[in-house]
Amino acid sequence: MNNIKYILGSFGDPDEMMHGIQKLQDNNIKIHDVYTPMPIHGIEAKLGVKRSRLDIAAFFFGITGTMTMLSFVYFAAAYDWPINIGGKPHFALPDFIPITFELTILFCAFGLVGSYYASTHLFPGRAPRVMDLRATNDRFIIAIDAKENAEHSKIDDLLKEAGALEVKYNERKYVSYE
Amino acid sequence: MGTHNYNLTEQFEFTGKAKNLSIIAIVIGLLAIGYGFSAEALHERTFANLLLMAYYFACVCMSGAFFLAVQFVAQAGWSASILRVPEAMAKALPIAVVILIAVMAAGLYTHNLYHHWNAPGLTDPNSENFDKLIKGKSAFLNVPFFMARQVIFLGVYSFFALLLARLSNNEDLEGGLNSYRKSFKYSCVFLVIYGFTTPIFAFDTVMSLEAHWFSTMFGWYNFAAMWVSSLATIAIILILLRKSGYMAWVNNSHLHNLGQFIFGFSIFWTYVWFAQFLLIYYANMPEETVYFYKRFDNYEFWFYLNLILNFLAPLLLLMDRDNKRQENILLTVSIIVLCGHWVDYYQMIMPGTVEEHHGFGIIEIGTAIGFVGLFTFTVLNGLSKKPLIAKNHPFLQESLNHHL
Repeated sequence: MNNIKYILGSFGDPDEMMHGIQKLQDNNIKIHDVYTPMPIHGIEAKLGVKRSRLDIAAFFFGITGTMTMLSFVYFAAAYDWPINIGGKPHFALPDFIPITFELTILFCAFGLVGSYYASTHLFPGRAPRVMDLRATNDRFIIAIDAKENAEHSKIDDLLKEAGALEVKYNERKYVSYE
Repeated sequence: MGTHNYNLTEQFEFTGKAKNLSIIAIVIGLLAIGYGFSAEALHERTFANLLLMAYYFACVCMSGAFFLAVQFVAQAGWSASILRVPEAMAKALPIAVVILIAVMAAGLYTHNLYHHWNAPGLTDPNSENFDKLIKGKSAFLNVPFFMARQVIFLGVYSFFALLLARLSNNEDLEGGLNSYRKSFKYSCVFLVIYGFTTPIFAFDTVMSLEAHWFSTMFGWYNFAAMWVSSLATIAIILILLRKSGYMAWVNNSHLHNLGQFIFGFSIFWTYVWFAQFLLIYYANMPEETVYFYKRFDNYEFWFYLNLILNFLAPLLLLMDRDNKRQENILLTVSIIVLCGHWVDYYQMIMPGTVEEHHGFGIIEIGTAIGFVGLFTFTVLNGLSKKPLIAKNHPFLQESLNHHL
């Protein structure tokens, strides 16, 4: 048996790539993923990519920041060291809205940067994982799992018919910048 | 993409239920105002309500012109197919201006409005009514200069509103880029003038009702209120037109954009509102806190209702992406925001006019219904004069294909 893991159709034009996706879908061939050097409008809907859950993560990071600041302010200004400022209550909420707001945003921003790195496996010092180096430059890549789809010659034909400039058979999932 | 069967000469027909209802609403408004003027004791309250609704009406219409100008200056494509709605609002501005100026002139003449700075003897050192603070402000706050400012500001806004509407009409007839370039140029001029003068307009019309108090945030606070209420009005008109079978090209993405606008500027309104409140609360100086003292004393319910309707409701209901794209939810939120800004103006205007003798009854509801009827009538009448889409707008295809 061969060791081919992924078949990559490499396109020079986004419209031809979209055409290729359509052809593969018409033939019930499952597409692993598509890599493009720029955002392509409407591609998520075409591939049926699920909506990002980043907004839910953002909400929870934000609410953590809110709670952290409110509890710290309560501890500092009302519990541990109460000071009379202008005769106001020790825990005068309007005064603490701006700082609570700031910490909400800070937690949200840092949390989202962290989530993004975790979900894309991008860490400082780690070579980024890409399937085809030219997907970061001038090529539009459709990746198909070779183990799940056995009819390799048919896939090859479909991709070439749609206008693929090159079809690659990769034995490794990722090539990395070395 | 690119194949559409939209009828680009579609025109709104202003007949039937919409016309009858708006005329009935105008009659209800006239009856309520007539009732208000029937008893001497109710005069001031009626004047305050007339000022509130005339101001609201003028603000929504001039923000319609502002919306047009923003779209032209930003060279926005998404809105090209819905511009006829803010255009119709802009065309109603002259009527709103005439009503607002008439209300202010009558209020000044009868001393029912602006009596904090316009009463006999306030600037005369020998009078027992002499008020040093008002004397100091009298170079700015005197009747001739006040009315001159109003006429000039509102006149300039109306001029640009009508100019943008006319250029769009020319574009329909002639095609080409000529009208678009002119619209861009005049919009730039209009935005600069509008940005610098709306705060002064708000200081004059609303803040001077309590002439001893001042806040530099007040202008932007009012700007946010008028802009967000205008956006909500545009959304309501679009959704209702779509529900009655017009403007089939308006899709969820257009609503999404408007929803984002309403959401964002509701937050902006809250931000400015809170910035004004926090500074006064924190500094705690009697001459400033008197403003909120009055509102806590007699208007506590309205004060909190204002925040619930204008901040919490849009925040919670429009935060989700899907909610912005659903016309029924957007319609509900827009109506809540419009009611909310009525409450907002109510608690801005009433404490400076009727003070503790405020109420919520026939006069308030009737005047509001009357002005809503008048607005509906003038705007829909203006809308029915031209096709519902600017067929020669250079970005029309982008707008028809708009997809988020």
